[in-house]
Amino acid sequence: MSKITPENQSIVVRFAGDSGDGVQLLGGQFAESTALAGADFSTFPDFPAEIRAPVGTTFGVSAFQINLGARRISTAGDQPDVLVALNPAALKVNLPTLPKGAVIILNTDAFTDRNFSKANIAADPRQTGELDDYQVIEIAISTQTLEAVKPHGLSKSDAEQCKNFWSLGAVLWMFGRDREPIINWATKKFSRKPAEILVGNVAALNAGHAYAETAELSAEIPQFVIGEAPMEAGEYRSITGAEALSLGLAAAGELAGREVMFCGYPITPASSILHHLSRMGDLGVSTFQAEDEIAACCAAIGASYGGAIGVTSSSGPGIALKTEAIGLGMAAELPLVIVNSQRGGPSTGLPTKTEQSDLYQSVYGRNADAPLPVVAAAGPGDCFDAAIEATRVALRHMTPVFLLTDGYIANAAGPWELPNMDDYEPILTNAVNGDAANGDDPTALKKTIWNRDPSSLGRPWVAPGASGLAHRIGGLEKDIETGDISYDAANHQAMSELRARKVAAVADFIPDQEVEQGNSKGPLAVVGWGSTHGAIWRAVQMARDEGLDVAQIHLRWLSPLPKNLGRLLSDYDRVLLPEMNMGQCATLLRDKLGLNVVQLNKVSGQPFKITEILNAIRENYPGAKQAAE
Amino acid sequence: MNKPLTAKDFATDQEVRWCPGCGDYAILKCMQKTLADVEADPDKTVFVSGIGCSSRFPYYMNSYGFHTIHGRAPAFATGLKLANPELDVWIVTGDGDGLSIGGNHLLHVLRRNLDTQVLLFNNEIYGLTKGQYSPTSRVGTRSPSTPSGSIDAPVSPGAFALGANARFIARGIDTDAKNLSPVLKAAREFKGAAFVEIFQNCIVYNKDRFEDFVAKKTAADTQIHCEHGKPLLFAKGAKGLKLNAATLKLEIVDVGENATPVEDVLVHDETNRVLAQMLLTLPMGEFPMPLGVIYREPAQSFDDAFSQHHPSGRKRTGKVADALRKGSVWKKS
Repeated sequence: MSKITPENQSIVVRFAGDSGDGVQLLGGQFAESTALAGADFSTFPDFPAEIRAPVGTTFGVSAFQINLGARRISTAGDQPDVLVALNPAALKVNLPTLPKGAVIILNTDAFTDRNFSKANIAADPRQTGELDDYQVIEIAISTQTLEAVKPHGLSKSDAEQCKNFWSLGAVLWMFGRDREPIINWATKKFSRKPAEILVGNVAALNAGHAYAETAELSAEIPQFVIGEAPMEAGEYRSITGAEALSLGLAAAGELAGREVMFCGYPITPASSILHHLSRMGDLGVSTFQAEDEIAACCAAIGASYGGAIGVTSSSGPGIALKTEAIGLGMAAELPLVIVNSQRGGPSTGLPTKTEQSDLYQSVYGRNADAPLPVVAAAGPGDCFDAAIEATRVALRHMTPVFLLTDGYIANAAGPWELPNMDDYEPILTNAVNGDAANGDDPTALKKTIWNRDPSSLGRPWVAPGASGLAHRIGGLEKDIETGDISYDAANHQAMSELRARKVAAVADFIPDQEVEQGNSKGPLAVVGWGSTHGAIWRAVQMARDEGLDVAQIHLRWLSPLPKNLGRLLSDYDRVLLPEMNMGQCATLLRDKLGLNVVQLNKVSGQPFKITEILNAIRENYPGAKQAAE
Repeated sequence: MNKPLTAKDFATDQEVRWCPGCGDYAILKCMQKTLADVEADPDKTVFVSGIGCSSRFPYYMNSYGFHTIHGRAPAFATGLKLANPELDVWIVTGDGDGLSIGGNHLLHVLRRNLDTQVLLFNNEIYGLTKGQYSPTSRVGTRSPSTPSGSIDAPVSPGAFALGANARFIARGIDTDAKNLSPVLKAAREFKGAAFVEIFQNCIVYNKDRFEDFVAKKTAADTQIHCEHGKPLLFAKGAKGLKLNAATLKLEIVDVGENATPVEDVLVHDETNRVLAQMLLTLPMGEFPMPLGVIYREPAQSFDDAFSQHHPSGRKRTGKVADALRKGSVWKKS
């Protein structure tokens, strides 16, 4: 078979198998190889909630999808063009997502009656005709792997574990990739294991590659050509959202010259941030695993009170527990960054699946009038800048700030152009004005503590230990000038207004909303926020290629909204808003701007497909038949 | 400091708002005097509290102070102490705040051995919410929420602390400054979590609950002041505690020439966890109330270990610009 150059310069590959099959490693290494080949890519690990679900079951299927291309790639792809299925369950789960003509590589060794029964498959799908529309390549991967590693003295179970490397070898050949970087990586990874583990895996990798190249069947194995993607000159690395966010927090600490004190409690899918940061001690980061979500938030606030940058992190259920403490942080006018890696809900919901359904919780979800700034990251690499911005606002305005990401961004990876740290302004903190410390007048001292900056309304950050500035803070309503406990009616009114004005004031410091693609007025704008960015970007690009005058506007700040947003959106006849919830940002825009949008809501635990958004653009484009109904 | 500190230096300009006659006044005074005595630096002293009558305490101490949310003071204190280990951090809590809503955090701050002092004002009742029974209320306590008497067994704060692996456990009485002040000093000096239960009289909702052993007239017979290395004597030396080897229980013995010789009275060993367990769970009424430092067995504090085990000793030794480039980086031109 000759080499295939895909029509739209990109291809989607999905690896699927049991959760113990090493599918994530296989996918991750293929992504690394893709990066080194200069193509653009986006990955989507899709794993079950169970640590090790029963072998061979459909709910134990772990998958890794990658979209790679010689053009800009913005999502992990709608439909796999190539599926590598290591067992029947993986085929069963993924078959419905495949387009006709897709390549399916099957590990025939796993196609046994026993495995069919485990996956509730009535008859061998290879015999029923259900695979007729696909290019099926059957390989006895397990047998081939065992054969390849036989000379190296591995136990049978260790030998079978090498089948992901064998598969990787075959896929590397399909894409004309070097094996050397993978072997270098494996050498490091297995350096502490018995020597035969490395030798066996490398042998499997080489065998898979050789098999694809030379075996009689190889005529059937297609080879794909994906060239280099045009990217701006610079240094790149592959990064997940969780890594970028962690590095962003460390960068914020560096820019502010303060220690970052990260206080967390394990929860899916937020835990990886705790794991990354616990290895960044040399960057001025300390991590504390608290006894529960509440304690994690309280300890972070305690750290902020003590002069460090307090950060806490969780997912929706954990954020719910932190809510009371967040209110205190706001009332006491202390900085705090609250990272929410959103997942499917409500309640325990879908821990490993993605959703954007904690927007209400972030913007509105506290007792009393308790407004807070809310910022959302648009993709893995963007988490870095979003973390810096969230910290900057928290310190400038002396307030807790919500930083929203989600399960998709946290685990997805793509190439990221390394930022130049010199391009970032230092993060300034508010110091005490005047020489209050020297006075004997307690009222004058207290007024200094609460002397807020007129533009940001942030108060000075005075940590215990500061000489001559001892004072008391708390969650009881306080006098607007002295900070003393106050039950005065007019004062509470004034404080409530001050808290609202403070969040509104953030808008004076953030950039005006820009239009990312298209014109600044016209028939249709697609507005999004958070991780839908990539799918919207590609859908709008394709719609524009079709000649539709569509614009893309992506929100970073959800609270407050950019000052010009209302005017900007009023210049479009219609606004389409795709989001992975039942319409929370739509509510927000109706609330804050009095704007009614066309909602496109998806709450399936899976990210948007480009075609879903593209179809919605076509349907809602003014003049389209469906839209007229 | 030019002139010696006095209790007044630790008083704030705020009007104290506890009920007239509340035991909290006596504790506040004792604390202000104690800190003046040890010449504590108000700028390095922080009182952290939760919610409840006792939790108003920070507003009245002229040091740094943080009145936080219900039950969570230990968690705030943990973050604060980790951020700045040089601070002298006091946690003020009550039986409801510390053992009901905040039981979890109390458990963890004690077992971690954070260098802090935990003062638990135990009045066996909810004061601020107007008199409901608390987790330390004795069975049968009649309250607005238990009109026919509470039915659940109470927790013993000291035994709870010991179970949580606290390494310093002491007891005092609100109005007994003479004995409370040394306990507060010892707690402050202890490097680790120092747990102090203070019997505090809620004169409105649970008046004189502890009268059996706090009444001055009978105190000699109803209190036993534990001192390391000294025999556990009370009733002016006429009685003492002895270990019954057969039952493994403490018993009261008459001490004197015609009774048990003083040499046979149990000598207090504050490092003995088993003895601490026995003293902290002595049946009330039957036995005198053990007071003072009951258990003290130092170990490395959490904040100390936290900095010691930090990869760079809490210093920023690396640069983010370099960290970004760790791993596989490629160039596009």
